Amino acid sequence: MLLALDTSAGTSVAIVDAGGGIRAERSTDDTMRHAEVIGGFLSDALDEAGVRPTELTAIAVGMGPGPFTGLRVGIAAARVFALGAGVRLLPVISHDAIALDRYEAGFAGRMLLVTDARRRELYWSRYDGLDERGVPRRLDGPGLAKPDALPATEGDSAERVDAHRVPAGALGILAQRMRQHDVPFAADEPLYLRSPDVTLSTRKRVS
Amino acid sequence: MTRAQTDVPNRVNPLVLGIETSCDETGIGIVRGTELLANVISSSMEEHARFGGVVPEVAARAHLEALGPAIRQALADANVGFGDLDAIAVTSGPGLSGALMVGVGAAKALAVSRRLPLYAVNHLVGHVGADLLQGPSESAEEHSPLETPTIALLVSGGHTSLLLVGDLVSDVQLLGETIDDAAGEAFDKVARVLGLAYPGGPRIDMAAANGDPRAIRFPRGLTQPKDMAKNRYNFSFSGLKTAVARWVEQRQDAGEEIPIADVAASFREAVVDVLVGKALAACADLGVPRLLLGGGVVANQRLREIAEQRAAAAGVTLRIPPLALCTDNGAMIASLAAQLIMAGADPSSLDFGADSTLPVTQIQVL
Ligand SMILES: [Zn+2]
Repeated sequence: MLLALDTSAGTSVAIVDAGGGIRAERSTDDTMRHAEVIGGFLSDALDEAGVRPTELTAIAVGMGPGPFTGLRVGIAAARVFALGAGVRLLPVISHDAIALDRYEAGFAGRMLLVTDARRRELYWSRYDGLDERGVPRRLDGPGLAKPDALPATEGDSAERVDAHRVPAGALGILAQRMRQHDVPFAADEPLYLRSPDVTLSTRKRVS
Repeated sequence: MTRAQTDVPNRVNPLVLGIETSCDETGIGIVRGTELLANVISSSMEEHARFGGVVPEVAARAHLEALGPAIRQALADANVGFGDLDAIAVTSGPGLSGALMVGVGAAKALAVSRRLPLYAVNHLVGHVGADLLQGPSESAEEHSPLETPTIALLVSGGHTSLLLVGDLVSDVQLLGETIDDAAGEAFDKVARVLGLAYPGGPRIDMAAANGDPRAIRFPRGLTQPKDMAKNRYNFSFSGLKTAVARWVEQRQDAGEEIPIADVAASFREAVVDVLVGKALAACADLGVPRLLLGGGVVANQRLREIAEQRAAAAGVTLRIPPLALCTDNGAMIASLAAQLIMAGADPSSLDFGADSTLPVTQIQVL
């Protein structure tokens, strides 16, 4: 039994069983209330699935790419939940979960997956389907680009897919598959893909 | 409304883990009632040094990395396991919202994963709660409990607040606060004017050691008779900072040497004079002969010295918690939550958020 969560877009929490079945899922597309909803989602998903934290074998978490503030809430929650429950953390690239979801829903061929990075920028990743283990084959990315500087889709026959949510159920299923087939997980570090904003203040005269 | 747990297993001497991430210190503390068991602080101060002040995004990123290791360390220091804990406490505000959210997310996850009640508390009131803790070397008899009502002066890089604490868990009022820069920020900014490194507080303290505090008469903000109606207990340090910069620039333009020690000492004297003056005025006005200091600026030697002298002269009992409990820390958050638990307070829901402007009257966020 695995708990999956992602806050790289809205907030999504799911409980996925060993057979890849989604036992409970709680999601919102609200990109402003990650800290508010995360606790209730965790608690409600566990209750609905009838699962105690001690029955979990791992925590899967989306590492982004995602705008910083929200992304961090989920990663902090997942790391500390794993610490508290004494189970392994399985870091997954959030875009891979979206790609899995779309391919399983019938999308075919090459995909240029795009999510909002705010400040008139986009996060992107390129895929060309699922591999024999059912894991999305990422050709390129994740990257950050201005809308007019995205990788070209012409000549590549890739179709652009704009996504606004990362379903934790799909993320959990993906993590489950990766674990079963020994596919390496992502690094346990947030994919901000952007340096912190700092305005280096220079000494100004006052008179 | 979702709650992690409806009641606390132990309300007598609850074992509480507190999480504090409101500014640039990741603090994890563990207390048992009023006994301090662990106080782990991981600061991102060095990462801010080259910017001359706390950069919120840098602080928030550092919290995310520091939390897990700090929790492990605190449990090890306290020699307890997750299973021993009675409750989790976390700062809900005030503070930097992105930084607060890291702690809030983590605290909720820990509460759900361990099925523990969660207490979301006020950072500023937490500074007062720090004073209740008795250190490992202190016996219960040695540690005289905090008496109320008391005036509390909380000074750091993030806040400068004067509180009237009627009762720690039920009655805290804001008397005044800074209307522009926090006192700690003023130290940082003046340090830069003088070419001293960040953080400014300790550097100015050092530079001022051999200076004459009466060499230059810098302005004392909001202390004029005209300020007394509206701003009797409020602070303002931005005019002082500008006055120091102007004074220095004029000397530089005239090709004169800057007497750094005297400028530092005179500036520090102006800050300390206003802080202590307003705090003791509140004691006198409200008939409260007790003053508690808290916040990182309490590390300033001159502030402690002047506060001790003038409090004694005014017949006011002064309390200053140990320095490790004055700077932002998780133990003070755990301590405040322990007091709430012992007073019978219900846990918070799981729905609260980070509130960067949480008023001091809201001791706990339900
Ligand atoms: Zn503070």
